[in-house]
Amino acid sequence: MRNVVGKRFVQIQSMPASASADILNAQRLKRPNTPHFTIYQPQLTWLASIANRVTGAGLSVLLYGFSIAYLIAPTTFDSATVIEVIAGLPEGVKYAGKAILAAPFAFHSINGLRHLSWDVTRFLTVKSVYSTGYAVLAASAVSTIALVFMK
Amino acid sequence: MQSILAQTRFSVGRRAFSTSVARWQAVPQQKPVLMKEFKIYRWNPDQPEKKPELQSYKIDLNQTGPMILDALIKIKNEMDPTLTFRRSCREGICGSCAMNIDGQNTLACLCRIDREGSTNTKIYPLPHMYVVKDLVPDMTLFYKQYKSIQPWLQNDKPPAEGEFLQSPEDRRKLDGMYECILCACCSTSCPSYWWNQDEYLGPATLMQAYRWIADSRDSHGAERMEKLQNEMSLYRCHTIFNCSRTCPKGLNPAAAIAKMKLEMATD
Repeated sequence: MRNVVGKRFVQIQSMPASASADILNAQRLKRPNTPHFTIYQPQLTWLASIANRVTGAGLSVLLYGFSIAYLIAPTTFDSATVIEVIAGLPEGVKYAGKAILAAPFAFHSINGLRHLSWDVTRFLTVKSVYSTGYAVLAASAVSTIALVFMK
Repeated sequence: MQSILAQTRFSVGRRAFSTSVARWQAVPQQKPVLMKEFKIYRWNPDQPEKKPELQSYKIDLNQTGPMILDALIKIKNEMDPTLTFRRSCREGICGSCAMNIDGQNTLACLCRIDREGSTNTKIYPLPHMYVVKDLVPDMTLFYKQYKSIQPWLQNDKPPAEGEFLQSPEDRRKLDGMYECILCACCSTSCPSYWWNQDEYLGPATLMQAYRWIADSRDSHGAERMEKLQNEMSLYRCHTIFNCSRTCPKGLNPAAAIAKMKLEMATD
């Protein structure tokens, strides 16, 4: 009876201690990466940072794109032609276009001030990060509306 | 007289045995069953070809302790002994049970279970780390980075006798930094660390770097700053503040890094 109970049903492989590093390394190669931005809670902190990056990149592309286009074809992209083309557009498109340009510009400029204040070590608590964050959002909304309706 | 006494004693003794005590006590109230679903990240290194998945466990919250760690231990003890996670002190001082709970990095032992039974709670390992098994991430790189900042007191001129002295004001500069338990919640919440953890040191390590730079007893501040004076080690911090937002100890790594950047820019 004891013999039956004592019998192992698991086969154990004997290995030298030096094999452990190889086993670990073989395992390491197959380890998956844990999910990150898809599962992380959306928070004002990192969403504002992404928005700052995206608006900055968008505005730079516009600036550089327009400048290079002007260098290549100065006659098609000079002020007079641009004004003429835009003046011919319907009202709705004009306002939409202004909003698309004004919103990133307003947000990026005002959020830039927030970043400058952090660089001089002001507003560095989580609480003030949130209050300045909401203030930036409100100020960007107001400036966007003002810029859209500016004549 | 004697016989009466004997009789009384007898009857008292008898009562103690024969009377049903239950009548005099309140019936313990049966707590209602409050089932809650936990969805927990699973990955087994013995079956590496199988993709990681969320496994669902339903437990009665009224038979569970208040914290997420209590739920995990209950699941492991009673439902699935293969569930793997790190835990030790169960009081937020060891940092072992750091994980991502409902989208935020925190310590399972300090995180209360949301008692809303209709919603589930999702538990993932710390974000953007390699998985050893289930909720256990590989922390090798994190510890190597910590080691790289030489986290010990360095001073070429020790005092002639006794110990290093420090004014209360200088000591106060270390408050909010020395309490770090290196649970890695902050570093693994940082998008910059997600994308550049091979070169960027991350908030936990950087705050400890500043903890030694700010220490008046340490004389190697200049060398320490010199080592960080490159594109990647420190300046991948874009002041996102996920680190301070998530720290289960309420510390502020982002502020420490901002102060360090200013010191490095102005010295």
